[in-house]
Amino acid sequence: MAWVRACATDEIDEEDVARFDQGDRTFAIYHSPEDAFYATDGLCTHQAIHLADGLVMDHTIECPKHNGRFDYRDGKALGAPVCVNLRTYPVKVEDGVVLVDVG
Amino acid sequence: MAFTGTRRDYGLLGLDAKAAVENGLASAKWYSCPIGRKELKEFMRRSDGPALRDTALWFGLLAFSGGAGVALWGSWWAVLPFAVYGVLYGSASDSRWHECGHGTAFKTRWMNDVLYNVASFMVFREPTIWRWSHTRHHTDTVIVGLDPEFNVMRPADVLAILLNVFAFKNVVLGFKQLVLHASGRVDAEEATFIPDMERPKVFRTARIWLALFALVVLACVLTHSVLPAMLIGLPTMYGAWLQLLFGLTQHAGLDEDVLDHRLNSRTVMMNPVFRFLYWNMNYHIEHHMFPMVPYHALPRLHEVIKHDCPKPYPSLYAAFAEIIPAVLRQAKDPTYFVRRELPSRAKPLDLQPAGPGMVAAE
Ligand code: FES
Repeated sequence: MAWVRACATDEIDEEDVARFDQGDRTFAIYHSPEDAFYATDGLCTHQAIHLADGLVMDHTIECPKHNGRFDYRDGKALGAPVCVNLRTYPVKVEDGVVLVDVG
Repeated sequence: MAFTGTRRDYGLLGLDAKAAVENGLASAKWYSCPIGRKELKEFMRRSDGPALRDTALWFGLLAFSGGAGVALWGSWWAVLPFAVYGVLYGSASDSRWHECGHGTAFKTRWMNDVLYNVASFMVFREPTIWRWSHTRHHTDTVIVGLDPEFNVMRPADVLAILLNVFAFKNVVLGFKQLVLHASGRVDAEEATFIPDMERPKVFRTARIWLALFALVVLACVLTHSVLPAMLIGLPTMYGAWLQLLFGLTQHAGLDEDVLDHRLNSRTVMMNPVFRFLYWNMNYHIEHHMFPMVPYHALPRLHEVIKHDCPKPYPSLYAAFAEIIPAVLRQAKDPTYFVRRELPSRAKPLDLQPAGPGMVAAE
């Protein structure tokens, strides 16, 4: 377990995503429509484009390069051109802070 | 007179493909006009409404013109409704195929998928193959040796362009590939952009399409008439001319191997009828730079980034006043291209493309 502070809860709008870098690793942090937070690897499994520039719709993140979509809750790739699932990370919220277990 | 100078290798397995990778042009970082995340998010917002309305209108017009064509069949008056039907079927399907392939036409995913498959059949582009080739087109737009969807290669093959006025080249090559795929194979170039796991889908669809075409032929034989094929199949060809006109405006005659869509793509102002048929793909710089923005938001996006882009062409006519002489010149001089002027207050391209990977003619 390695819980690290990613951001404050009010730094990401509902139904949006933000980038979080830690060392040489990069993550995408999501704020879902029902006010929950999730974290995945930051780069798309298709061509390493950062998902923080993408579009969150309900529980999917759409990659900005070729519109590949993932369910950011479990990282599932939802069809071509993304075929490989995204790694997800446990998230908890404490005192208005989003913490990610970067493992 | 045949061109005899140096020739670039547009094949996906050729020398220029290797050169492009070595020069850092593959999957490279592209220029993007400055725009705030909040504003861009507004433009990217999806909805089903506009595409449902446009699709209902499109199929309504197809049914009306097709019905009129059938009713008037046997008289010369049938030419008129079939001319309309053909353009709706063989040209408007191109933009529906395109937008649904990006998944941006509708908010609801299955709606994109259904229309994508229907439009793919109408425009005669195998859905899985072309989804992947278009993905590559967006990764490596107009990069020699990497982009499988070149408008016009240099030296320009004018005869090939003319053959596609009625989609001859596309359909002949497309049928060859369809048979190959139905037999359970992809060719070496396709293998560079279609992952293994997607191939069973390619083979299955090819077989279904061959069966559908066989049914149309059977209907023609049974009815002793070409009418069934006038409704399904042939309009891909006799209605393709407008798709070619629209498609040529996208990149023809412009620079290659440059990591800036402002220099290799055109934005052309069009009338509302053309914009309906083309689903706003005339805003082509905007589309390539921000492929997540749905067609109905592109005119608004254009207003926000136009200060950072070359002047749009005021009409289709103005675009072709540039394209025709450029392509004719490229038939003889493959080094020629139209250099787009960025406005003085535009942000310059800070990403330097590598030098061209010219290879000697065989
Ligand atoms: S890079 Fe994400 S879909 Fe292609």
